[in-house]
Amino acid sequence: MTPLNRLQITWRAAQDIRDGQVVNLGLGLPVHVSDYIHPDIDVIIQSENGVIGAGPLAAPDKIDTDLVDAGSRRITLRPGAAIVDSSWSFAMIRGGHIDVTILGAFEVAANGDLANWDMRIPNRGPLVGGAMDLAACARSVWVIMEHVTRKGAPRLLDKCALPLTAVRCVSRVFTDLAVVDITPQGFLVREIVDGMSSEELQGKTGAPLSFARDCKVLAAPPIALPE
Amino acid sequence: MPIDKRVATTAQALEGVSDGATVFISGFGGAGFPNALIRALRELGPKDLTLVVNSATHRYSLTHELIDANLVRKVICTAARGHTKDPSAFESRWMEGRIELECVPQGTFAERIRAAGAGIPAFFTPVGFGTELTKGKEMRRFGERDYVLEPAIAGDLALVRADTADRYGNLTFRYAQMNFGPVMATAAKLAVAEVRAVTDAPIAQRDVQLPGVYIDRVVAVS
Repeated sequence: MTPLNRLQITWRAAQDIRDGQVVNLGLGLPVHVSDYIHPDIDVIIQSENGVIGAGPLAAPDKIDTDLVDAGSRRITLRPGAAIVDSSWSFAMIRGGHIDVTILGAFEVAANGDLANWDMRIPNRGPLVGGAMDLAACARSVWVIMEHVTRKGAPRLLDKCALPLTAVRCVSRVFTDLAVVDITPQGFLVREIVDGMSSEELQGKTGAPLSFARDCKVLAAPPIALPE
Repeated sequence: MPIDKRVATTAQALEGVSDGATVFISGFGGAGFPNALIRALRELGPKDLTLVVNSATHRYSLTHELIDANLVRKVICTAARGHTKDPSAFESRWMEGRIELECVPQGTFAERIRAAGAGIPAFFTPVGFGTELTKGKEMRRFGERDYVLEPAIAGDLALVRADTADRYGNLTFRYAQMNFGPVMATAAKLAVAEVRAVTDAPIAQRDVQLPGVYIDRVVAVS
C-alpha cells in the first residue's frame, strides 16, 4: 500500500483543473497545486488580495516587496494579469466568478460541511481570512488533506466537530488514500490507492463510504518532499 | 483657491484626531502598510481607539505598536493570530480581557467598509451563514439560499499607503499595495495617504486608481 505524500496529493488535485478556469488556491499546501498544472492548460490563478493572474514565486534577484499574494509570498505575474482592490476581489469571489477553490481542511462532513479555520488553539487569536468567502461562494470547493489526523482519527466525518467554515460547500476531497466526491447520498470513493481494501478505507473514515462502479487506482508520479 | 491636499509632515497629516476614534489601517499580504502614519499616530497618542485592520499583528506592519502602547480598545479584523511562539501584544491583552475583538470574514470585512463609503447601511451576504462568526445576526432566505445581514463599518480616520499622489489627492498604487486602501479611504471622515512621492503635475487620468475626492491629506514619506 502506497499512500500519496503531501505534494503528490496536490499533483492529483492539479490533474482535475480544466483549461480556462479561474482558480483560487488556499494558503499553505494548496498553493503548490499550481506547480503541477499541465503547461498546456491555461488558467487564471486568483489570489484574494486582488492579484488576478498570479505566477510562480519571484527569483531572489527579481523580488518586489509590493508584488505579493495573499500568503505574503513574493510572486510574479502571468501574462494577462490584473490587480484589483480587496472589495473587488471578494465581489469576484462572492459573485461566482471563481470556478474552483482548493483549500486545506481539518474536517469535511458527508453533507459537504467544511471545518478549516479554527482548531481552537488555546491562547491564540482566531484567524479566518478569506476562508469563509471562498468556501461559501466558489463554484466548486475542493479539499486536499490527509485522510486521518496525526493521531489516526478520521477527518471525513458524519458531522464536523470543529467550528464550520461554510455549510454544504465541498464537492471533492483529495487525500493521501483516496479521491472522494460529496454526493446527495454522502461520500462516494472515485479512486483508492493500490493495495488498500474498501474495508480498510472505511475503517479510517468517520461516515459511510460508497464506491463508484468504475472506482480507479489513485496513483501519482514520484515527487520528493523538500527536506 | 486651488485644491491642495499636500501636507509636509505625518504629524500635520493627523491633526484633529481624537480619543475614541475608529481608525482604518490598510495593508495585507505584506504590501500597503502605512507605517509612517501608524508611527505618527502612536506619537500623537489618542486613547480608546477602535482599529479596523486586516491583521491585528502582521510582520510587515507597525499596527502592534498602537496595541503595545495601550491606545486600542477594540480590534475589528480577519486575523488575530500572532506570528511568534509567544502571544502577540494583541493576543496577551485579548486573553486578559483588556481588548475587544470582532473577527470578520475577509470579504465581509471589505464589503462592510465599502458599504459605509457607498451609502449602504447594511447588506445580505451568504458568507458566514451557519458559522460561529455570524451567531445572533439577522438571517434571511432569498431563493434557495440563506443570507446574513451585515452592517456597514464607518470610520473617523483612514491611514492608507499608496505609491504616488498629486495635490488633488489622486492616488496610484504599486501592484498589491492597493488591497483595502481604496475602500477604507471612502468610508472615513478623514482619509490620509502616505506615498512614496507627491508629483507636481496632476496624475494622468488613465493612471488614477483612487480619485482624490476620497482623500483629504497626502504626505510623502521617505
